[in-house]
Amino acid sequence: MVKEHIVKSFDNELDNMETIIAEMGGVAEQQLARAIESLVRRDAELAEQVIADDAQLDRMELDLDAQAMILLALRQPMAEDLRAVIAGLKTASNLERIGDYAKNVAKRAITLVQSEPVGGASRTISRMAELVRGMINNVLDAYMERDSDKAADVRARDKEVDQLHTSLFRELLTYMMEDPRNITPCTHLLFIAKNIERMGDHATNIAEYVHFIAHGEIPMDERPKGDKTSETIVEPDMR
Amino acid sequence: MNVQQETSFLHAVPEGVSIKVTVRDIDVFYGDKQALYGIDLDVPERQVTALIGPSGCGKSTFLRCINRMNDVIDGCRTSGMIEMDGQNIVDKSVDVVSLRRRVGMVFQKANPFPKSIYDNVAYGPRIHGLAANKGALDEIVINSLGRAGLWEEVKDRLQAPGTGLSGGQQQRLCIARAIAVSPEVILMDEPCSALDPIATAKIEELIDDLRENYTIVMVTHSMQQAARVSQTTAFFHLGELVEKGDTSKIFTTPEDDRTKAYITGRIG
Repeated sequence: MVKEHIVKSFDNELDNMETIIAEMGGVAEQQLARAIESLVRRDAELAEQVIADDAQLDRMELDLDAQAMILLALRQPMAEDLRAVIAGLKTASNLERIGDYAKNVAKRAITLVQSEPVGGASRTISRMAELVRGMINNVLDAYMERDSDKAADVRARDKEVDQLHTSLFRELLTYMMEDPRNITPCTHLLFIAKNIERMGDHATNIAEYVHFIAHGEIPMDERPKGDKTSETIVEPDMR
Repeated sequence: MNVQQETSFLHAVPEGVSIKVTVRDIDVFYGDKQALYGIDLDVPERQVTALIGPSGCGKSTFLRCINRMNDVIDGCRTSGMIEMDGQNIVDKSVDVVSLRRRVGMVFQKANPFPKSIYDNVAYGPRIHGLAANKGALDEIVINSLGRAGLWEEVKDRLQAPGTGLSGGQQQRLCIARAIAVSPEVILMDEPCSALDPIATAKIEELIDDLRENYTIVMVTHSMQQAARVSQTTAFFHLGELVEKGDTSKIFTTPEDDRTKAYITGRIG
């Protein structure tokens, strides 16, 4: 809805919430990019920075929660406004989770500096992270523009992330079977891959909230899924 | 929240709810000026139906169609059908006195008669001959004051003037007066607009109790009030009924752009 509220300060308060979410999206995206960079470049210092900066997202979420609570209490928003506040709260919490995962990736990146690089795994991880970063970026655009078609596109792309995760999972199991010295770094890489896959799920959640704001319901069709890691077995003779 | 309200979130007309008043194609004119355009509405029995909309949208005019209060306005003409239990109450042959016994009304400003509390409530039953003797009349008065949530506050001063009560008490006295004649439908035209929040909350609680026995149609300017007390909401705009449906639906996911603009406080 493009029309303005009769009470202009109500518009300002809703805009403030949007601004915080946009900023949180920017920070979450950057945290992911920098965590992956620290992993690929084996840069422990950068990873430390990522870990420290996570507190920023936590603060922003608390700020948004406080604003949303005041808005609910004082403005009693209805219809699309109400849906925007509810979706805003949930979106902020999803972005905060994305930040937590980025922080976890950075922690493991520091540990990984101490062992030898494993095969081409970090290239696949980079590709996966790039996909997820694009999803976060686009879903935030969709959120700001209230564009549920754009959000649906993001939601569909999560399948690619899942597929990459599955193939990376197999790849890492194979490295572990090749040489037991790979087990420690590969286990960390498995968790990193899982973290990135989870970030994709959170971007998908946000895509669904965009749909909710526009249409008043969460998309009913099943999410596109491509994560087969839970049923993946790599036998030694498959190498 | 009761069960009916919860299920009504999913169904347009909850199952097991019958329609008390069926409104079809109601037009109202004040002289040459048309105030209502082809109103269609089903009023569910023993529920609260809230009528909302900006000033001059026709919601009070519509409310007054249901007990033919518009008849007293010169030059006001109504056409269409308002069916209550199989009878078209718009029809000229309808006895409006008996209609108004079946369809009571509570107004914006409490308007007790300049009589005692007792006589305010006893007035309707007396003129309609509803009580065979003093004992029966006493019982009606006590019951009505009880149902209106006023008995405990006035039982020791039934002979005191009704006008001496507080604003909220006066409004509950008017509700007691309205229910004393055992109506089937109660119309309320902004019943809380002159009351403070505590008195308002008491009336809202009372409305919630009353719908066990009565069908209530209420005009309100407070959307929060409509949201709090009604199960069905109808939005009027410029004499049209724009959108009607479950209250929970109207306030979370309205469909018409005019409804959206109004309930979110946007410039329509």
